[in-house]
Amino acid sequence: MDEIQRTLLEQVAELHEVPQGAYNLRINGQGAGRNTTEHINIVTKEDKQGIDIYVEPGTRNESMHIPVLLSQTGLSELVYNDFHIGEDAEVTIVAGCGIHNGGKDASRHDGIHTFYIGKNARVKYVEKHYGSGDGSGERIMNPQTIISMEAGSYFEMDTVQIKGVDSTERITRAELAEGARLVIKEKIMTHGRQTAKTDFVVNLNGDGSGADVVSRSVARDDSVQTFLSTINGNAACSGHTECDAILMDRGSVSAIPALTANHLEASLIHEAAIGKIAGEQITKLMTLGLTEEEAERQIINGFLK
Amino acid sequence: MLELKNISFSVPEESGREDGTKEIIQDISFTVDTGKFVVITGPNGGGKSTLAKIIAGIEKPVSGRIFFDGKDITDLSITERAKAGIGFAFQQPVRFKGITVKDLIRLATGENITTAGACGYLSEVGLCARDYINREVNASLSGGELKRIEIATVMAKKSRLSVFDEPEAGIDLWSFGNLIRVFEKMHDEISGSILIISHQERILNIADQILVIADGKLVQNGSREEILPVLLDAPAASCKFYS
Repeated sequence: MDEIQRTLLEQVAELHEVPQGAYNLRINGQGAGRNTTEHINIVTKEDKQGIDIYVEPGTRNESMHIPVLLSQTGLSELVYNDFHIGEDAEVTIVAGCGIHNGGKDASRHDGIHTFYIGKNARVKYVEKHYGSGDGSGERIMNPQTIISMEAGSYFEMDTVQIKGVDSTERITRAELAEGARLVIKEKIMTHGRQTAKTDFVVNLNGDGSGADVVSRSVARDDSVQTFLSTINGNAACSGHTECDAILMDRGSVSAIPALTANHLEASLIHEAAIGKIAGEQITKLMTLGLTEEEAERQIINGFLK
Repeated sequence: MLELKNISFSVPEESGREDGTKEIIQDISFTVDTGKFVVITGPNGGGKSTLAKIIAGIEKPVSGRIFFDGKDITDLSITERAKAGIGFAFQQPVRFKGITVKDLIRLATGENITTAGACGYLSEVGLCARDYINREVNASLSGGELKRIEIATVMAKKSRLSVFDEPEAGIDLWSFGNLIRVFEKMHDEISGSILIISHQERILNIADQILVIADGKLVQNGSREEILPVLLDAPAASCKFYS
């Protein structure tokens, strides 16, 4: 790993070196290291780019890291990662993609992550996206997350994209059986002329299933964001979706929630709030001795924390 | 310590005077001496909150000058006044999504305060620190809780002049006694000057100096012994009914 790759790894996975436990490191379209454990196996796909990850039923307190780094300009890749999580397993999965583009050609990573979550399994999935480099080539990431949840399972997804990704179109699809629970927390900050579109479709198919889809975002400069969130209640279920966005400069944010209840006992809620930082928030922090710029920074940091 | 000289403030209003403005504050002058506990009182809509905002720099007077420790601060920003040693507690505390109670106290102290240190300020305003320290200062807090956190941030800032705009507003009856004790303690252990806008007799009772502001004018200014008996004897404003 070179210095740039090390920085990318630190940003997307908070790792300084190769991690403990299971991992699969992909650098510039090539496998660059892998470790499997007694309970977690990682197998390279033969028909297309990507890997299959198998977590044995009943696995406890294990984590795995699957970072992807791109530092070669003009590289474009499409990768399929399939996660097979056994019944009653409890795992934390840290995925992330860092692109450093110092050249003039676009670098692009499209990752399609498919999760098969077994009965009563619990997964925490953390995904960070980061871009750097002063080349004119765009840094593009289009992640897709497809989640299939069996009865009583739990899936928590934290996605963060704070810096340097020029264009992103993220698609998330989830199917929930009875008693399954899905929690999604998305944090996005865009600047310059960046665009970010997120598109969630959650189908609550089983009785007692529930979903909470929350997005917090900041659109600065001339950036444009679109938040689409669809929840379909097909059983006795509960769903909540929330979009909270701060606008700065000439940024633009659209929040488009769509709720459909197909069952009498389905209870669905959406909330959306878009606006600039409230002037009184800045005033309050200024009375504590912060300058206007410092106040703004504190408010944004807190909001995206 | 603080001196206001001939402060006036007006806002644009069509139905106002000939020049299209409405006067909120008219030619107010007074001083607050070091180490004094001063209470401003008077009817609602009389200009008290505006005056407090003018002292903190949130509003600019149309005429008059403000001096702090002999230095003219009229043209200083909110930040510069805060740094010079003026603290301000809002009548309606501001909510923040994502900023925690500890963050706010840390920003107020201007240093990396320990959790124990931050908890000390919360305990002083009667909040069980453990339950609040990591909570966001958002809509999940009640009006009374926010108010006490607001007061805690101003205490944490340790200003030489702390201005409180109606600290009792929005506090429920159960918490009220607690709040009064906070101010009684502040009075006993005073290290700077305190200026409070209040309607509460128990707060007026611990004042060194009382100012009465009505219709934008300073109508009375004197020691508690001089002013309080007059205020308490005054007949309550009433609406007469003629049959």
